[in-house]
Amino acid sequence: MNAASARATAIGLDTLDRRIVNRLQDGFPVSERPYAAVAAELGTDEATLIARLQALLDAGILSRFGPMYHAERLGGGLTLAAMAVAPADFERVAGQVNAFPEVAHNYARDHELNMWFVLATETPRRIAAVIREIERVTGYAVYNMPKKEEFFVGLKFTV
Amino acid sequence: MSAVLDPQQEAGSIDAVDRRIIVATQGGLPLDPQPYHRLAERLELPVAEVMARLQRLQDGGVIRRIGAVPNHYRLGYRGNGMSVWDVPDADIRELGRRIGALEFVSHCYHRPRHLPHWPYNLFAMVHGHDRAEVMMKVARIAELLGGAVRDYDVLFSSRILKKTGMRLA
Repeated sequence: MNAASARATAIGLDTLDRRIVNRLQDGFPVSERPYAAVAAELGTDEATLIARLQALLDAGILSRFGPMYHAERLGGGLTLAAMAVAPADFERVAGQVNAFPEVAHNYARDHELNMWFVLATETPRRIAAVIREIERVTGYAVYNMPKKEEFFVGLKFTV
Repeated sequence: MSAVLDPQQEAGSIDAVDRRIIVATQGGLPLDPQPYHRLAERLELPVAEVMARLQRLQDGGVIRRIGAVPNHYRLGYRGNGMSVWDVPDADIRELGRRIGALEFVSHCYHRPRHLPHWPYNLFAMVHGHDRAEVMMKVARIAELLGGAVRDYDVLFSSRILKKTGMRLA
């Protein structure tokens, strides 16, 4: 047994689960019976694939199954921003930042800039206003790091 | 109805019907033998139109792909490092493409520096089963970038403070 399959077994995935997790990260057809088509590729049947997929979602092995959208092409604003927050203020500031519905993700990271969050707004123009508001509410400077160019997005986590 | 274009059309090349399809699929695709039929019923649209629009959105890059998003922590990928690099702006496109092509890099971007605190302009997210594996992969990036690197760092996430993802209203 190799390391990958040992790890998969440890989290309760059998061979078919692994093939499903790996295959469904590569895309899914837009067709009449897409699950049947993918099931045939995997050597199983439509009902089994759907049941397994439901179980993988229920168990939290998969966090989502469906279309993934390109935020900027939907006309919205998107940026990555960071703050250098004093340890004594960290929980307070995390609560204040997280309270903004525009904050999609927020991570604590080991660095002087220790709080990193993604802002997603309905329009690109809203980004600057939300950043000003976060600075006002928290009392900390926000370093805005919007992407200048995207070289690659996408990753397959093989199990 | 689909003849009436939403103002969003110009900005994001999506119209009001596309937007309804997007909102209806943000939570995922129905786990039903005919998921696009179920979606069409819910939206009260012809299934052929729903499928054609999804295909068009995908061809146009509005949909990056249709598929599964694993919870990578649950799959055992517990090392997640944001590697950041200070490389010459003149070379960043060439370098960024090469780093983005590595199989363990999930996101690779050119972002602005904030001097003097933040000299880094190239960001590459690196995933591994633990921090040691991430650092080995970062070493491969350093090797690939060679003399172009003036400075770099790896920021590991110590805690997820919020993760709701993006949502259209």
